[in-house]
Amino acid sequence: MAHTRKTAGSKKNYTQAQAPLCVKDLTVAYHRKPVLWDIDLTLPEGQLIAVVGPNGAGKSTFIKSVLGLVPRASGAISIYGKSYESQRHLVGYVPQRESVDWDFPVNALDVVAMGLYRQIGWFRPVNKNHRKKALDSLEKVGMANYAYRQISQLSGGQQQRVFLARALAQDARLYFMDEPFAGVDAATERAIISLLKELKSVGKTCVVVHHDLQTVPTYFDHVVLLNMRLVDAGPVETVFNEENLKKTYGGRLTLLTHALNEYAKTPQFPSNTD
Amino acid sequence: MRNRAKFIHRNLLSILIIVATVLIGTSFSPAVSAGNLATDSLRSDLVRVFMFQDYNTRVVVTGTTLLGLAAGLIGTFLVLRKRALLSDTLSHATLPGIALAFILMTLVSGDGKQLLPLIIGAAIFSVLGTLSVLAIQRFSRLKDDAALGIVLSVYFGLGVALMGMATRMDAGNAAGLSSFIYGKTASMLFSDALLIAGTALVAAIACILFFKEFSMVCFDADYGMTQGWPVARLDFLMMALVILVTVIGLQAVGLILVVALLIIPAASARFWTFRLRNMLWLSGAFGALSGFVGSGVSALMANLPAGAVIVLTASLFFIFSMVFGSARGLLHIGMDRLRLGRKIMDENLLRDLFEWSETNPNEGTPGIEISALKHRRSWTQSALKKTIRRLHRQKTINVYSENRVNLSKSGRLAAFEVVRRHRLWETYLITHADVAPGIVDLSADRIEHVLEPELIRQLEEKLEAETKEKLLSSPHTISFTGADGHRTPKMTR
Ligand SMILES: Nc1ncnc2c1ncn2[C@@H]1O[C@H](COP(=O)(O)OP(=O)(O)OP(=O)(O)O)[C@@H](O)[C@H]1O
Ligand SMILES: [Mg+2]
Repeated sequence: MAHTRKTAGSKKNYTQAQAPLCVKDLTVAYHRKPVLWDIDLTLPEGQLIAVVGPNGAGKSTFIKSVLGLVPRASGAISIYGKSYESQRHLVGYVPQRESVDWDFPVNALDVVAMGLYRQIGWFRPVNKNHRKKALDSLEKVGMANYAYRQISQLSGGQQQRVFLARALAQDARLYFMDEPFAGVDAATERAIISLLKELKSVGKTCVVVHHDLQTVPTYFDHVVLLNMRLVDAGPVETVFNEENLKKTYGGRLTLLTHALNEYAKTPQFPSNTD
Repeated sequence: MRNRAKFIHRNLLSILIIVATVLIGTSFSPAVSAGNLATDSLRSDLVRVFMFQDYNTRVVVTGTTLLGLAAGLIGTFLVLRKRALLSDTLSHATLPGIALAFILMTLVSGDGKQLLPLIIGAAIFSVLGTLSVLAIQRFSRLKDDAALGIVLSVYFGLGVALMGMATRMDAGNAAGLSSFIYGKTASMLFSDALLIAGTALVAAIACILFFKEFSMVCFDADYGMTQGWPVARLDFLMMALVILVTVIGLQAVGLILVVALLIIPAASARFWTFRLRNMLWLSGAFGALSGFVGSGVSALMANLPAGAVIVLTASLFFIFSMVFGSARGLLHIGMDRLRLGRKIMDENLLRDLFEWSETNPNEGTPGIEISALKHRRSWTQSALKKTIRRLHRQKTINVYSENRVNLSKSGRLAAFEVVRRHRLWETYLITHADVAPGIVDLSADRIEHVLEPELIRQLEEKLEAETKEKLLSSPHTISFTGADGHRTPKMTR
């Protein structure tokens, strides 16, 4: 198993120059303990892409290393054919909700406005226009009525939506979302997925860390199976199969067979679940 | 916009009260201790200090006030970045720097006690202290608090040893160094005060200028990094400002207490507001006032060290804020809880009366007996009595002679609203959340009182078909007679 690394990107006919994300030989280590090994990956444009793998597989680390938040031991990354540093403005990031202190003295609108800080630039304060833009993003995630609510008084799902709105405000082309569905109820999940579809319909690419295998086929077009190594990556129909899932998750099969049975019941990839 | 107006409106009074209390307090306490004979000269002293008549005092007090302002401002970010303990460590780490600078200057120029070199020495060692903490965190598996503790004690120990050497070199001058440990404005020269005032002003302006950037780094540094902000450099700038305020604060407040001036104003401000901008201003104001009062009092009474008075003033603000704060003060939270409790009781009573009048439409009866109301819910005798009295005072209910009550005209309107909300919520629970009709009344009871207008609007939208006739009929049976329905057990209990 250790030697069956597949370079999923190479068998696709996307020209790497245009790919939203192209990763070559990425290795990441924390304190000399490697967490990601030799990842080779090219992602297609304008699709919803799931990153799946067990806890500790390095999914968050993968996103963070792409975004330069975790140093890479080796490897190269390009975003739309250029280095990440020069393409930052095209990349939006929705971190895991637990990564910040929600008791911070700001309201939802303030957080969303942070997505505009780069546009606003040094020293200049947030003005009416920016606030209007931030409000628009909140509207898109159905949170406009909570704009002036202190963030500690929001529920987990609402906080998640505020984070999404912050990324939307930035108006990026490629979004990385770390478990946006974690701990949200069915209604919020539906709201988020319809938002993702909306993003897809205007040609944006979303890379989403996702834990619920059952919904992978219904929500996503493309899947990246990760467990320290890249197990496989490609369109859901071709790579989301039992063999690959076994490789990714090891022994825990009961859950997987269930997921696959569910998947088998839907013969065609459903384009719209709502 | 309205929020801000409300904030100012709510807090202005409290701030004025604080200022008045402190000013009155400080003008009385020395008067008491000084006794009657000295009252006259004391009064003139007071006037001299607080009216800024004496030029030297004016400069010292201004300098310390600006120092407090700067400490309050940068302290806000320090607290929000969760680095309060780091600032304690780096202020203690200044001691060897002060002692070394003193020794060097004594060797070089014969006079060791010059503020600028001492401050530079202090700054260098506080940077070294910070770097040591970072190095320990990075290269060992020690937890953060252990790293901070080690650095603090090692540097402070080194400082005490070097102070001993300094005293041996020039005992007369070295004695003055104790003001760097405990804080003393009396020994401050005019030029010192000027240096402090200037630096504090710069630090304060930097905090205001970098407001947006600092707040982002404090809230979500990783996100800031993905946005291309030089987070590490901003972080460094923040720490540099902390170090700057610490070292210029050494002489006035002393290295043991300077951390209090950085942390306490920010912590106090947190009780008044949920908005970072307001917190920043309030914290700056608390810091400035503490500095003002502290240096004023210490100018008045030479043997009261300024550092102690400043910190005590700041902690008075803290206690005051903790109790009376309009955002998180204990009183505020308690009142909120009390108010919600009352609201729930009021609404329950209104609803019961309304539903009773629905089931007893004949206008002739002079209301329901209070004892029947009592059995309807698990009211305690006194709670029911108080609620009835409260509603009676608001003229929403009429109370009749033989312990009977009913809704007044205005009460009917209020009750209608309450019942409508309750039924909306009940219907929602049954139709959309799959709660069985039998238990729906109970679950609705728990939540309806805290429904927000927004949610009510959404519910109405969702249940538009059902709400056509304005008031839904209750989805479960309402019974006051105990004949049937799920309420029966309650009636007999
Ligand atoms: N800051 C860190 N320092 C050291 N090790 C870390 C750090 N962050 C993560 N790791 C380790 O790296 C591995 C991958 O972590 P990562 O957070 O990327 O996993 P993940 O796939 O996102 O897991 P989850 O599904 O639980 O979010 C884990 O073994 C974890 O212990
Ligand atoms: Mg993760």
